[in-house]
Amino acid sequence: MSDYIIELKNITKSFGNVNAVEGVSLQIKPGEVVGLIGDNGAGKSTLIKILSGVHPPDKGEIFVRGEKVSHWNAARSRLSGIETVYQDRALVIQQSITRNIFMGREIQRRFGFVDTKKQRQEANRLMRDIGFTSKVFDPDSPVATLSGGERQGVAIARALYFDAELIILDEPTTALSLTETRKVFSFIENVRARGKSIIFIGHNIYHVYDVAERFIVLDRGKIVLTSDKTEVSSAEYLIETMHDIAETGHAEIHA
Amino acid sequence: MSTQPVDQRVGRDEVHPLIKWMRNNRRVLTSAGFLFLMLIAFVIASPDVFTQFRTYRSVMIALPVSIFVVIPLVFVVTAGEIDLSFPAVVGMASYGFAAIVDAGGNPLLGIFAALAIGVVLGYLNGILVVHIGLSALVATLGMNFLLRGLINITVEGFSIAMPELRGTLVHSLMTDDPILGIPNQMLWATAFAILGLFLYNYHRFGIHVHCVGDHPGSAAEMGVNVARTRIMVFVFTGIGAALAGVFSVMINFVWWPTTGDGLLLPVLAGLFVGGTPTWGGIGTVLGGAFGVTIVSFIETGVIAAGLTGFFTQFFYGLIIIVSLIGQRFNGARVR
Repeated sequence: MSDYIIELKNITKSFGNVNAVEGVSLQIKPGEVVGLIGDNGAGKSTLIKILSGVHPPDKGEIFVRGEKVSHWNAARSRLSGIETVYQDRALVIQQSITRNIFMGREIQRRFGFVDTKKQRQEANRLMRDIGFTSKVFDPDSPVATLSGGERQGVAIARALYFDAELIILDEPTTALSLTETRKVFSFIENVRARGKSIIFIGHNIYHVYDVAERFIVLDRGKIVLTSDKTEVSSAEYLIETMHDIAETGHAEIHA
Repeated sequence: MSTQPVDQRVGRDEVHPLIKWMRNNRRVLTSAGFLFLMLIAFVIASPDVFTQFRTYRSVMIALPVSIFVVIPLVFVVTAGEIDLSFPAVVGMASYGFAAIVDAGGNPLLGIFAALAIGVVLGYLNGILVVHIGLSALVATLGMNFLLRGLINITVEGFSIAMPELRGTLVHSLMTDDPILGIPNQMLWATAFAILGLFLYNYHRFGIHVHCVGDHPGSAAEMGVNVARTRIMVFVFTGIGAALAGVFSVMINFVWWPTTGDGLLLPVLAGLFVGGTPTWGGIGTVLGGAFGVTIVSFIETGVIAAGLTGFFTQFFYGLIIIVSLIGQRFNGARVR
C-alpha cells in the first residue's frame, strides 16, 4: 500500500504545438486539501483532466495507491475513487437531476438495465442531505430549471454520493453568490472532516489560501512551486509570489 | 413525517402525480392526441370507410416496416446524430435475405444474413461519423447513394420474386393474422417498439444516448463512453433497417432494387411529428411510432375523403407543420 491516493510521474500533454502540461509530477496524500493555482493557461484544467481521466497523457506514468495504471480514462478514474466537480459542472441540462447524479455510474440491475426507482430514491435523499429547498426538490426536474448555484449543488452532490477518496474541485466558486460560496466552503470542511482529500483549483487566491493546507503553483505547464501553508505567511504573500512567477518564470519562498 | 419545513409548502411536490406524469410525457401525449384527432376527423369525413376494420388492417400491413426503422432513428436523433442511409440499408439487407431465399436457402438463414448486413453497414456509418469525423448528415446521405448504387450495379434492374416463401413457417409467423385479423407484422413491430421504449428509458445504453446527445463533453467527463454510444446508435439503426427490409420482402414476396427507397421522407416526417426534436438529448420512442402511424394514415384518409391522390403531398406537409407547431408548446429549442 502506498502513502498516496494518486501519484503522477513526469506527465506531459500537448495539444498540437502547445505543451499544456510538461513533465509534471505530483502526489496526493489521504486527507489533505491541496490548492492548485496558476494564471490562465498555466495548465490547471489540463492537469485535472489528466487526473480525472478525460485526457490521456502523452507521456508519463500514473499510480493509484501505489499501483501503476494503464488505459486510464474517466470511468476508471471514478472507479478508483476520484470524483471531479468541473468548472463547466459536467451536467446534461435537459435530463433530470437523478440522471445527472448517476450519469456514467448508473445503479444497474441485470442485462444493463438501470434501477431507476432506487436511483430516484437515492437522489431524493441526497437532495435533502445537501439542503435543497422545495423549489428544486423533485429529482425528476430537468437541470435546466435550476439556478447556477443549484446546478453546482447537483454537481457536488454527485461527487459526494460516490464516497470518493479524492474530490477535485475546479473553480467551484466561480459565478456563485456569497451564500453559495459559503456552502461550497462548508462542503469542503465536511469532506476534510471525513478524512478525504481535495484538490481545489481557483483563481481567487484568498479562497484557495483559506481552504488549502498545501499549494501547488503551475506556470506554463510546469510546477514552479510546492509549499505547505506553514511556509506561506498570508494570501497576500502568495499573490506576491505569483506575480514574481509571472515575471521571472520561477519562484523562491523567502521564509 | 408530521411536519413539513416551511419552504416546502410551495413546492413542485404539491403537483398532482397525474399532472406530473402528463408533463413528463407531454411529447408522446401530443403525438398520440394528434393521431386520435386525425382519426376522428377521418371518421367524420368518411364514416363508411373509417368505421371498417379492413381500412385499419390495410394500413397495418405496411406500417410495421416504418416502425422498425423509426424506433432506432429516435435513438440516433436523441444522440445528436442523423442517419439518412437507412433506405439503402433496408435495400441491401433485404437483398441479402432475398438472394439466400432465391438460392434455395432457409429463410431463417436469410434473416440472419440481413441482420449481419445491417450491423456491418451501421457500424460503417458509425466509423465514418465518429472516428473519421464526417458530418452525420452528409456521410449517411453519401452512404445512401453509394449503397443504392451498389445494388443497381449488382442486379442491373432485376427484381427477385420469392413465391416459395408462401407457406413456410417463418413467413406465417411473421405475416399471418391469426389474432383478431391483426397482421402478425404489426405485433412484431409493437414488440419492437416496446423493447425500444425500455432500452431508451431504462437501459444504460438509452440513458447514455440521452446524455451524449444533451452534452457530449459532460457525458465524457462523467465517464460515459461517448464514441461507443454514438457508434451503437448507428448499429441499432442498421438492425432496425434490416428487420424492416425482411418484413417488406415477406409482405410483398418480391425484392425490388428500389426496396426501402420510399421510406426516407415519410419515416423522417413521422420521427419529428412524433415529438423527437432535432437538437438531441430528448425524444420519444412511442411518439416516433405514433408519428409514422399518422403519416401512414394520411394517404388513406385523403383518398377515402374523396380527394384525388394529388392532395396527398399537400396534406403530408400540412399535418407535419401543424403537429410541429403543437410540439413547439412542449418546450422551446435549446440549441
